[in-house]
Amino acid sequence: MATLVTQVGLPRLLSALAGGEMVDLGRHLDSHGVLPSSTQLDAGSLLDQVDRSGLRGRGGAAFPTATKLRAVRGARGPAIVVANGCESEPISAKDALLLSELPHLVLDGVELAARAVGAAEAIVAFEAPNGAARESLEIALSERRAERVDSTRFSLFAAQERFLSGQETALVSQINGGPPKPTFVPPRPTDRGVGRRPTLISNVETLANLALIARYGAAWFRELGTDAETGSRLVTLAGAVEQPGVYEIECGTALGALFAAAGGLSGELAGVLVGGYFGSWLPALGAGALELSNEALGRHGAALGCGAIVALPARSCSVAETVRVAIYLATETAGQCGPCVHGTAAIARTLHGIAEGKGSATAFGDLERWVAELPGRGACHHPNGLAHFVSTALRTFKSQFADHARHGPCDGCAAAPILTFPQPDPVPR
Amino acid sequence: MTRIRVNPVGCVGHGLCAEILPELIELDDWGYPIVGRGSIPPGLEAHARRAADACPTLALLLERD
Repeated sequence: MATLVTQVGLPRLLSALAGGEMVDLGRHLDSHGVLPSSTQLDAGSLLDQVDRSGLRGRGGAAFPTATKLRAVRGARGPAIVVANGCESEPISAKDALLLSELPHLVLDGVELAARAVGAAEAIVAFEAPNGAARESLEIALSERRAERVDSTRFSLFAAQERFLSGQETALVSQINGGPPKPTFVPPRPTDRGVGRRPTLISNVETLANLALIARYGAAWFRELGTDAETGSRLVTLAGAVEQPGVYEIECGTALGALFAAAGGLSGELAGVLVGGYFGSWLPALGAGALELSNEALGRHGAALGCGAIVALPARSCSVAETVRVAIYLATETAGQCGPCVHGTAAIARTLHGIAEGKGSATAFGDLERWVAELPGRGACHHPNGLAHFVSTALRTFKSQFADHARHGPCDGCAAAPILTFPQPDPVPR
Repeated sequence: MTRIRVNPVGCVGHGLCAEILPELIELDDWGYPIVGRGSIPPGLEAHARRAADACPTLALLLERD
């Protein structure tokens, strides 16, 4: 259930939501009006608006969208657009919400992105188990065909539900008929991606923002957010709040205001995870004052990533939660890069030993060394993400880890997991 | 400026690079190279070239900025 921060100027992306139903073309147009035509807003003016809006990618990397659009437009060969709706991050729900309830906002963005890069074709990718997304996209595309809304040829792609499925090069690999595994770059997808063509891969929330910028302009977009991080953001809030769900916030909003919008905390916290499973554990003390922007979070060594935030209740065990996710991430390695395969497994195994009170004398020293050595040594950011997640846990929950190393499992270890993930499936990678 | 970069998909941890260029490459606990991020000092460029040429999977790359 999505709810909204009550604030002037919000909601934007979520303004047309219809109580859980898919917003059809009629309601979408009633809310936002028709998309400016290519004569009203040509590729050059659109790129200029996106540039001045300051929009950055909402999939996690926060790369400037205009720069990416220009790279694809300038690359040699017929370009193609891929809308990335493969959230992969188990606790994030914002992209699934956009696809299933606001497909026209996303498809408007895809049409605009295709216009900006000069593409005639686009692929909308979602996770295969997400039947609601597929159904909404199919209905929305048939509505748009009947009304001749688009000049772009759309197709849908159901990606495997794996943690790395949504990684850019892994998604390109799957669309090209290969495994859901990242590839070594270069070549970058912007130069050579789907069918070896210049490929714009953009997160569906980023694309949805294009739909608003094209209609209301860059200046309007910048009315919310900070100078460096403009506009609004969708965040998924989970854990010890009264109403978990997807919220739309202004970039830079304090975490405490988000908690308040979610009906407040449902109890004491053990800590806060910001940025999903590649994110950062931060202490509960002072969490409410954290500003949700990459600039402010960066001062704490954290980033907003895909916008997934978990308030871990005090009754849960921070060690057990960390160990379970570390094991999950280690099993989700693509299995291609030696440092990642061995490093993530060793880290997960060693953490598990500590949690059981059976860690070796060198366990903490080994962990510190591995998390320092691992980043940057895979084809993708998987080893970086796991190393960061674990190193922030070891720092934030230092005394809890030390207690487990000495005494073994605590009472909280048996509590139901707050950080959840899909159960391993029998499909071989 | 030239830097050393490993293609981690291609590297299987033969470790020849660390034997030829111990000044800039060490091996982790599983025998995979850890490469310094800086540029190659002028005196070591020839060694770096030999290390790259010696890699059985051609996974050690010398990249110019």
